[in-house]
Amino acid sequence: MVGRSERFSFLGKAAVQMIVIGLALLFLVPFYFVIVNSLKSYGDLLTNSASLPAELNFTNFSRAWEIMSYPRAFTNSLIITIFSNIGLVIISSMAAYKMVRTPGKAMNILFILFVSAMVIPFQSIMITLVKVGSIAGLMNSHLGLIICYFGFGVPLNLFLYHGFVKSIPKEIEESAVVDGCNAYGVFWRIVFPLLKPMTVTVVLLNSLWLWNDFLLPSLILSGKELQTIPLATYDFFGQYTKQWDLALAALVLGILPIILLFLSMQKHIVEGITAGSVKG
Amino acid sequence: MAKAIKRSKWPEYLVFIGPAMFFFTLIVIIPFLMSMYYSLTDWNGVSSKATFIGLDNFKKIFMDDDLFRKDFWFTIRFTVVSVLLTNLIGFGLAMLLTRKMKLRNVYRTVFFLPNVIGGLLLGFIWQFIFVKGFATVGELTGIGFFQLPWLGDAATAFWGLVIVQCWQFAGYVMVIYIAALINVPKELIEAAHIDGASKWVMLKQITVPLIMPAFTVCFFLSISWCFKVFDLNLSLTKGGPFNSTESVALNIYYEAFRNNRYGLGTAKAFIFFVIVALVTVLQVMYTKKKEVQA
Repeated sequence: MVGRSERFSFLGKAAVQMIVIGLALLFLVPFYFVIVNSLKSYGDLLTNSASLPAELNFTNFSRAWEIMSYPRAFTNSLIITIFSNIGLVIISSMAAYKMVRTPGKAMNILFILFVSAMVIPFQSIMITLVKVGSIAGLMNSHLGLIICYFGFGVPLNLFLYHGFVKSIPKEIEESAVVDGCNAYGVFWRIVFPLLKPMTVTVVLLNSLWLWNDFLLPSLILSGKELQTIPLATYDFFGQYTKQWDLALAALVLGILPIILLFLSMQKHIVEGITAGSVKG
Repeated sequence: MAKAIKRSKWPEYLVFIGPAMFFFTLIVIIPFLMSMYYSLTDWNGVSSKATFIGLDNFKKIFMDDDLFRKDFWFTIRFTVVSVLLTNLIGFGLAMLLTRKMKLRNVYRTVFFLPNVIGGLLLGFIWQFIFVKGFATVGELTGIGFFQLPWLGDAATAFWGLVIVQCWQFAGYVMVIYIAALINVPKELIEAAHIDGASKWVMLKQITVPLIMPAFTVCFFLSISWCFKVFDLNLSLTKGGPFNSTESVALNIYYEAFRNNRYGLGTAKAFIFFVIVALVTVLQVMYTKKKEVQA
């Protein structure tokens, strides 16, 4: 009797493992199709898109690299992601710290104002944002786009820091004040280093969003030389519809950097999502 | 004296909170308030003149904008189906991947992977899968499912979007469900097991109520993702064929930036905001009520 139930549970385990493997393959098949076909010539791709390439053919990649000015698009995406992150970390951590450490209703109301803005869908303010952007001189410049990201990123970033600052004991700061540190010294020398785990989370969550964002940059940036990777890919697809060999190579180039970032930082990203999801 | 100290603190507040407040106001609050005003005008975006026309835009939208109504209905159907499937798959994966198993973390990574790619590129990837990949698989296996005219008619385009949306977000909610499942006290499950409760009863009576906060979050997130679907919609179907898969977000975008009817667009955007806010707040209130303490 015992033996049978053990055998059953062994079979059950094997079955579960098989199901998981099957599902994982199902999730990976699209990547297989894209990568395999990006290495084929157009003729091979049309005759059989499921097979492995007969020979590795990197000409698609070198052509796509040139046509979409990949190095330029990559640099643009990188600049925007880095500087938006730096600014967001500074302004949100400072504001969150001060808001937590100031007793009273006013700060609570301010905090609720920031957080409730997260319900506003981007599409319901994008039209007037373009108007504000042209009045404020934010259009068609990287700096303008970065400033927009400051505004859109602050609610979530501030929310995440707010929760984290609460868990830091006040006593450390108080002793620093006694030692003659001013408010800025206390924050930058003592509190900010303690916020590091949350800063990692915030930067990674921001990076996934900033790197992949399409709609906002498409409204703000119009010059080709300013294009980010999603914008360059979009244009590329517009020009080379149905030229799948080139298009797929461009797609692989487009997704590669963010996948590498994810694979190298996945532990932190998964932790970040769990931390960020407590907001419900 | 006390007053003097308080006044001297003002610059400090300005430095700490001022920048966040400034950018937030400039980028979110001002456009939000402006869009309320412009929704009552005939602004066309090009000329600087915008005449106040009262509720005419809203009247037009509710009385004779068939496409907007159709797009809303599409968005609702898309949201209901995708939210249920995303959470079902994500929760199922979480249940499987909280068991002891070899390479568990590798599988978790695989299921999460689609999420790191943005909706725009995902849409292009899947366009290829649906148009070429499915056709090839259909030829090789003869299975009817793969031989359908994917993205070519309203039904397959709808399900195409649902498939990609689930593929993208199931892994994300899975991560949240896993974190919640790990925290369910083992003693409770063991006690129920000794009492002879079946697996299904344990799931329904113990696990699900205990991880209700995770459901609150996952439903909140997936509802807002689906309602706001834009990038994926633009790159996978462009709203076609014949506007059958045009989301509200895409409709607003076209109205403003293609038809140059900015006033009408902001009115639609305002309606959109009210509905998204209402739905998400109601959902959070509803699932929060079901949360229990262990």
